[in-house]
Amino acid sequence: MSNISKVFKDSLASGRVVLIGYLTAGDPSLEQTRIYAEALVEGGVDVLELGVPFSDPVADGVTIQASAQRALAAGTKLLDVLRLSSTIKKSLKTPIVILSYLNPIYRMGFRKFFEEAGSSGVDGVVVPDLPVEESTEFREEARRAGVDTILLASPTTSEDRLDLILRASQGFVYLVSLLGVTGVRRELSPEALRILERVRARRERPYVAVGFGVSSPDHVKALVKGGAEGVIVGSALVKIVEENLDNPSKCLEQLRSFAARLKEATKF
Amino acid sequence: MAGGYHLPDSRGRFGAYGGRYVPETLMEPLIELEEAYKRLRDERSFREELDVLLRDYAGRPTPLYYAERLTKELGGAKIYLKREDLAFTGAHKINNALGQALLAKRMGKTRLVAETGAGQHGVATATVAARMGFRCTVYMGAEDMARQAVNVYRMRLLGAEVKRVDSGSKTLKDAINEALRDWATNVRDTHYLLGSAVGPHPYPMIVRDFQSVIGREIRAQILEREGRLPDLVVACVGGGSNAIGTFYPFIEDRDVKLVGVEAGGEGLETGRHAASLVGGSPGILHGMYSYVMQDEYGQIRTTHSVSAGLDYPGVGPEHAFLKEMGRAEYVAVGDRAALEAFLTLTRLEGIMPALEPAHAIAYIMDVAPTMRRDDIIVLTLSGRGDKDLDIVSRSLGGLF
Ligand SMILES: Cc1ncc(COP(=O)(O)O)c(C=O)c1O
Repeated sequence: MSNISKVFKDSLASGRVVLIGYLTAGDPSLEQTRIYAEALVEGGVDVLELGVPFSDPVADGVTIQASAQRALAAGTKLLDVLRLSSTIKKSLKTPIVILSYLNPIYRMGFRKFFEEAGSSGVDGVVVPDLPVEESTEFREEARRAGVDTILLASPTTSEDRLDLILRASQGFVYLVSLLGVTGVRRELSPEALRILERVRARRERPYVAVGFGVSSPDHVKALVKGGAEGVIVGSALVKIVEENLDNPSKCLEQLRSFAARLKEATKF
Repeated sequence: MAGGYHLPDSRGRFGAYGGRYVPETLMEPLIELEEAYKRLRDERSFREELDVLLRDYAGRPTPLYYAERLTKELGGAKIYLKREDLAFTGAHKINNALGQALLAKRMGKTRLVAETGAGQHGVATATVAARMGFRCTVYMGAEDMARQAVNVYRMRLLGAEVKRVDSGSKTLKDAINEALRDWATNVRDTHYLLGSAVGPHPYPMIVRDFQSVIGREIRAQILEREGRLPDLVVACVGGGSNAIGTFYPFIEDRDVKLVGVEAGGEGLETGRHAASLVGGSPGILHGMYSYVMQDEYGQIRTTHSVSAGLDYPGVGPEHAFLKEMGRAEYVAVGDRAALEAFLTLTRLEGIMPALEPAHAIAYIMDVAPTMRRDDIIVLTLSGRGDKDLDIVSRSLGGLF
């Protein structure tokens, strides 16, 4: 059982869903990301998702787009993000998932990437522009390195393709809660509960976590009630970073306390 | 058509290139689009409706014009121009816009989104949206809105909403990102009317097929005029739609040399260019595996070209394949040479080309003199130059 699956198992056994927190690595600097990541874990985040900045993030809304721009301007590279994972893993056992668009990984080479990722303590990888049909070689290399490939499913996914995705996804399956891109939303999309129900109805399936637009403790509560086993919060955390660029200590405090409030909402 | 050449394959690949690298939300819409297209392309009523629109609305067939004075001036091969500048709305873009809009209508969509660089595809889309009663949103980079202001106004007059894109390089690449985001948000009622032979499968195939009317007409027209096929066929390459539409009907004719002309900008050595095939490398952008301009870490580089329509860091996957197979050759021509060619064609033939095909004109100005007088060149003049007069007058430094 992978580290990620184990966190799901243990967390669910103790009456909570898994809280996954996203930060763009290198926004505003790698060192700050390390400090913020530790604050999130102190606040109660169970799995850290570190984003690799990309010039053309088509699945992201304005908040993560701007964050990626800041991280790129600071010179953040894929290898730096892997090094950061390795540094974080020296003091924390928290599983780390890398989120990257495909091209930076392709450019490094799948094998080299997974060797580096494996030796940096990375537990899983999410690639928003890699659908299951194109993922065979990628998953093969991931498996060799003992890294989970986490696939996405969305409200538009057909039953047939959902089968393929649930069979291939490792660690958990990442459910996109809405039609569209990442970003803070006031309301939880009604699509979220529908796709969740469709996945929960399957007998053979990996753990299921919901992301995109999950922005508040209320959203988390609704998802817990809808049967989610994990929740992924991204833009809402990145927004805190963005709003406190000139005040790192306030940022750290807000990240910690927001994570703690989200954590409260993960109980079922 | 092309007997032995049947690409893309069932996975949307041209050899290694192509494929479908998009967020999961877009996978089913792409599959639906592929299925609808494959069903409709052979359906008689669909073909007939499109043919009538191409003829009576877009003004096809466009003429194949013998450029006599340009030929004499260069003193080599006979030069024919395929006059896509005379197609309705001023460029080849209308061929694809009509085809896809009909497809979208049959699929029950009520809204079109599009990206545009030079504004020609945006205008074509806004035009067919008006004609067929679609709501329409066009994304355009802030930089392109400034340099192609007339086209922005045309789109707005036609009733389209033009949305300014301020992210990234503020050009075509970023407009495509925004259009993809819009499509993912509104997939249920919206068709993404992609304007070049790029993007995820099935777009490179669909756009090629709708643009192949250019090459089919050239073939029939040159056979009628000269009794034989040309020796050299030339087109400019941004995303590659007018070029693939021109080349495709000739792929099996090994004696016809195919040359695509990319934007060399300020020179390949400066890095300020948009020549993905000549100066880029394989990578993944906008849902396709093809040649892209990228740095050593896989970040997409900003591009430069005097022509907004060529200012794009990727290229259609079929061109990557044709390059790799050696079936087509790709070259780069810079800003200066394109501007000079613009002026040459204007003065010798009274035809003002768009800056995009002016790059192709510049290329044949180099090669025509080295060819024999009974050799034949056909060049696709993909659009007219009205939209570029501001840039031209600025670049020529108030010369006129
Ligand atoms: C007149 C003209 N030619 C060429 C192009 C480049 O596109 P493509 O390479 O898809 O033909 C454009 C794009 O805007 C254009 O307006």
